[in-house]
Amino acid sequence: MTSGMRGALPTASLQRLLDALSAKGYRMVGPIVRDGSVVWETVQSVSDLPIGWRDQQEPGRYRLEQTGSPEIFGVVHGPQSLKPFVFAPREPLLQIERSKDGFATRPTLPQSEKVAVIGARACDLAGLATQDQIFLNGAYRDPYYAARREGLFLVAVNCTRALNTCFCASMETGPRAKHGFDLALTELDDQLLIEAGSEAGRDLLSNLCLSRGSEQLSAEAATRVDACAQSQVRRLDHSDLPQALYDAHEHPRWDEVASRCLACTNCTMVCPTCFCHTVEETPDLSHQHTTHARLWDSCFTQEHGYIHGKNIRPTIKDRYRMWLTHKLASWIDQFGASGCVGCGRCITWCPVGIDLTEELPALLTPSEQQSTTSRRPEAAGG
Amino acid sequence: MSNPELRQRPRLAVIKFASCDGCQLSILNLEDDLLALGQALDIAYFPEASSAMNAGPYDIALVEGSITTAEDAHRILNVRQQAKVLITIGACATAGGIQALRNWGDIEAFKQAVYPRPDYIQSLSTSTPISEHVHVDFELWGCPIEKGQLLRVITDLVAGVQLHLPADSVCLECKRRGNVCVVVAKGMPCLGPVTRTGCGAICPAMGRDCYGCFGPSEGARKGPGLPPNTASLARHFHEGLHLIPVEVLRRFRGINGAVDPFRNESTVWENKG
Repeated sequence: MTSGMRGALPTASLQRLLDALSAKGYRMVGPIVRDGSVVWETVQSVSDLPIGWRDQQEPGRYRLEQTGSPEIFGVVHGPQSLKPFVFAPREPLLQIERSKDGFATRPTLPQSEKVAVIGARACDLAGLATQDQIFLNGAYRDPYYAARREGLFLVAVNCTRALNTCFCASMETGPRAKHGFDLALTELDDQLLIEAGSEAGRDLLSNLCLSRGSEQLSAEAATRVDACAQSQVRRLDHSDLPQALYDAHEHPRWDEVASRCLACTNCTMVCPTCFCHTVEETPDLSHQHTTHARLWDSCFTQEHGYIHGKNIRPTIKDRYRMWLTHKLASWIDQFGASGCVGCGRCITWCPVGIDLTEELPALLTPSEQQSTTSRRPEAAGG
Repeated sequence: MSNPELRQRPRLAVIKFASCDGCQLSILNLEDDLLALGQALDIAYFPEASSAMNAGPYDIALVEGSITTAEDAHRILNVRQQAKVLITIGACATAGGIQALRNWGDIEAFKQAVYPRPDYIQSLSTSTPISEHVHVDFELWGCPIEKGQLLRVITDLVAGVQLHLPADSVCLECKRRGNVCVVVAKGMPCLGPVTRTGCGAICPAMGRDCYGCFGPSEGARKGPGLPPNTASLARHFHEGLHLIPVEVLRRFRGINGAVDPFRNESTVWENKG
């Protein structure tokens, strides 16, 4: 961990931080209230942030309420993690022109833009670290992702309030932002404790000429973040993973959850770590030009399981099992850590409120009963 | 690979049955692309656009509307004979349309209630999709169709590429657009989770619930896959969002109410209510 430079800023003076970022040439993005939730949008002033708002989340339900307090970061999160900033939902990769003796391709790399995200949570940072691992750290560094990632300045907020759906403490990703941020704020009554986590963060902090955060303030911040962890009502016991979930492959609970699952893809879209994508061609009528684009995809669509000649995941059961088994078990084999960061978005944004912290224990409880529909031969191999 | 310059342009016909003409207007609304379409195809028969109506045969017939009269049931047979490739455009031609609500009603009672001379009206008691009458090569869903999908299908046809459009749920497109879910954040009975993508998730983007105008996401007559899980969504409308059974029924019995997955779900709730 980077040794933290620290300072304190009166909450009412947060604009100074925003102005400092602006002076460095950053476009600032923060949570703004829209359509009953918060979404990331460009902000100029502290007054654009959801002051006084709090979110209440439970399975399949999200509501905002105005408390009238001056609290700036009372909304924990909306449906979007940091994923859309780096892994764009829809992005052209190549423009392809037909030529006399073949075709010519022109990559359409995005311009790297300096973007400061205000209000990322620890779970979001953990999700971003996973995306980095997938798109940047392997043998195939993705230049589109890299261009977007390069310009990000991350202002994290340590959580002092847990939602009903949060379980980051059990996934060891939060509620304190441990790494991957430039600055981390803890909002106390009328003070913001600010910690730098990178060279860029330290540079910005030193320009702000903050008062040194007192030991008392740091202790208060630590107490509140610890209390947030303690107050989490959901947890995911992953101590027996991955093997226990592999052993549950024929458990009847898969049929039960499949009877509720809509295969609508919402859980995978809001998941900070899901990285599936498809590519599509959009040719013009003259057949001289085509756009080759990348789009978010999901293992819940019927086409995702389609390989040459057949669909290896025809049923919703196949798809839910694929998703949960990958997320919580085979992800560990593949990437060395769980694919779940404990943000709880898949629980809230599932229209029918399917809760993986309920499904996993049910699946790991031995069942007398055999699976009601035994595994179909054509589904084997998933 | 076909080259439009080296051979005759394919002849296109746009033919109407029982419908509102909205899908044909989607063709006219192609604007600049309409010129490209006119260069790629010989628009031989399109009464909505031109009074020059040339006889068949046609390489491509776009058929709008459902079959609601005995005369039309006969006319579609002739259209099929004249067309190498027959593509239905829109909910009426593909699924029977909103007028298929008559399939649950009493057509004689409607005539008596609406017309001063009901005996002038010659109409079948049902509205049925084109595919119940003749072989259909490809179906474009939507009320109306999405012009980008139409253009894509014609582009692929001219290139000789196998036709394909996604059958994912509207939710996928909603999340790509950054819409906030209206079911979760507002408690609205949105059909997006079981409805086919294609519209661009325009209703949720405007803060309202999807009413399924692109039909079921999977497992419709010509689509691959199993039917979407309408039962779970309907149960949530009733138990979670407190719709009474007749309201659940009406969600599913709309523009695409006559398509199997939606029809079957509406019947379940008819029996409860």
